[in-house]
Amino acid sequence: MFYREAGDFKTSYTADNQTFPIAFDRYGYFLVLLVGLGVVPFIINDYWANSILIPFLIYAIAAIGLNILTGYCGQVSLGTGGFMAVGAYTSYKLMTAFPWMDMVTITLLSGVMTAMVGLAFGLPSLRIKGFYLAVATLAAQFFLVWMFNKVPWFYNYSASGQISAPERTLFGYAVTGPNAESWVKYVFCFILVFVLAWAARNLTRGSIGRQWMAIRDMDIAAEIIGVNPMRAKLTAFAVSSFYVGIAGALLFTVYLGAVEVGEAYGILKSFLVLFMIIIGGLGSIFGSFIGAAFMVILPVVLRNVMSDGLGWDTALATHFEFAIVGALIMFFLIVEPHGLARLWSLAKEKLRRWPFPY
Amino acid sequence: MPDQLLWAMEVTANGLLNGVMYALVALGFVLIFKASGIFNYAQGVMALFAAMTLVGIQDGRVPFAHLINAIFGTDIHYFGWEVPALAAILLTVGVMVVFAWAVQRFIFKHLVGQEPIILFMATIGLAYFLEGTSDLMWGSEIRNLDVGLPQGINPVIDEATFNLFGYGFFIDNLDISAAIVATLLVAGLVAYTQYTKQGRAMRAVADDHQAALSVGIKLNYVWVLVWSLAGLAALVAGIMWGSKSGVQFSLSLIALKALPVLMLGGFTSIPGAIVGGLIIGVGEALFEFSIGPLIGGATENWFAYVLALVFLIFRPQGLFGEKIIERV
Repeated sequence: MFYREAGDFKTSYTADNQTFPIAFDRYGYFLVLLVGLGVVPFIINDYWANSILIPFLIYAIAAIGLNILTGYCGQVSLGTGGFMAVGAYTSYKLMTAFPWMDMVTITLLSGVMTAMVGLAFGLPSLRIKGFYLAVATLAAQFFLVWMFNKVPWFYNYSASGQISAPERTLFGYAVTGPNAESWVKYVFCFILVFVLAWAARNLTRGSIGRQWMAIRDMDIAAEIIGVNPMRAKLTAFAVSSFYVGIAGALLFTVYLGAVEVGEAYGILKSFLVLFMIIIGGLGSIFGSFIGAAFMVILPVVLRNVMSDGLGWDTALATHFEFAIVGALIMFFLIVEPHGLARLWSLAKEKLRRWPFPY
Repeated sequence: MPDQLLWAMEVTANGLLNGVMYALVALGFVLIFKASGIFNYAQGVMALFAAMTLVGIQDGRVPFAHLINAIFGTDIHYFGWEVPALAAILLTVGVMVVFAWAVQRFIFKHLVGQEPIILFMATIGLAYFLEGTSDLMWGSEIRNLDVGLPQGINPVIDEATFNLFGYGFFIDNLDISAAIVATLLVAGLVAYTQYTKQGRAMRAVADDHQAALSVGIKLNYVWVLVWSLAGLAALVAGIMWGSKSGVQFSLSLIALKALPVLMLGGFTSIPGAIVGGLIIGVGEALFEFSIGPLIGGATENWFAYVLALVFLIFRPQGLFGEKIIERV
């Protein structure tokens, strides 16, 4: 009734090219932005910020990054955790070496550094394909984590081998460190997520994004129609690693504050982000958001139900959580292999015809 | 002979025997990948599950005891009997067959025709599920697994090498029996696939699904069979690794050791899995022995991957993999 294109006439190319062609979607998008920036920062408390909102925003960036590589360009990567670690350690080195640098610059530079590392580990993709490549990216995962563990320069020779984020401010507000308030962290992450998601959306529907999708759908055919596979694959690796590196940096500086590399950026993190994009939907920016939300909220809900609701001990609850997460992933893949984003678009199709379906 | 060379020889021998273990895990991967195109990440967790089940049956533990106790407030742990090793192994094989059937019936039957990446993700889901389930069933403490395999240093080799070089090699009996069992398993598998009706059906399915279907081979049956054989390989690997270092969570990480072996040998080749396992076993042991101390040690985690990567750059389908022919 209200969700439709009819009567929504375009008079210019700009209007024709917009991301949300349906007015209702546009209003929804602005409403989310308004609530996210105008309401949530004022009512946020520590529990919501730390257990749901901030991890959701950070993992959304990581999921967008991996989705660019796996969902749009078709190169399966299991090295996400290692690349996140590169972002985290770059930001740590920058923070300690240049105390005057502001957080935005540090975060972006961490992304750039990770992009370069990602480029290096993306080189084998020119020769190796499919699962062989997926396993090859594990080399990045294990090698990077080992390196950050064994080379003391990376953790400034601290005795514990951990890195912890010093306090840094932005416009006079502390963003990192123990004194940072949760609304500041939230707004910082929110703005970064907004900018990065906007950039990703526009990259993926532009020329470079179409090249990625051509490579994903069939690389040889893409090569024949004039897509340069080396350029397309390497840019996908670089852009994807840029996003993943920023997510890793934020996870360390803003969210965790202190990390031990094997624990925070181990292979389980790679799988977590991969689950997010599979459950959310491969090849969809919106899907990255739903996937991240799902995988962040699910453990919180399960833990609340089992530990607080049923009173089970934590070991039992953890085992159950593993089993349930695994079962849910298989269930989702069987019911809808294209993820929650696909379900969402099906719902929108139905809504267009409501209340007079044919 | 100089000491360094002798040590290197000992390291090589131990690396070879380790490689046999890797090859055992890789074997399960290859079986499933050949027959159904599923890249089964859960192979390592299957080994853990099989070993846990074996120990649980041997000790006469009550499955899901923790869960039952938490829900009903009871306090039960043991049935009060002990099962002899051989009977327990047979029972575990039965469990693995049921597991293979369930996996096929409830998961992969619904995913036929999906893209390989979706199937791969489903096996990661399966790995999580199985890990949670095996902990729920048997608890997550470290267990000792003892099925009567000889353990400790092999005195014959120790003495022989001492007489020969003046330095006794330390070779574990367990590693030797693992090598023997692995050889028997591979020989058995090869015989099975070459000389039996089911084996021929398996090879036919591996060659071409549709052609196999059209001559009346039941795909579902073959897939259950293949998953059962992979379960058997997982059980053997689980027994060997479990006897060596106890049955615990880290057992499931041997899957990560088997992945570079697969890359190196090719995903579709049984000889490839064995040769790859041996190369990786020796390579990582020698690298850790010679270069490891210079750069901080613990290089086993990544060296295998880098080695496989270097091989792959020259042969993208692995050493023994089928040549990849691509057409538009």
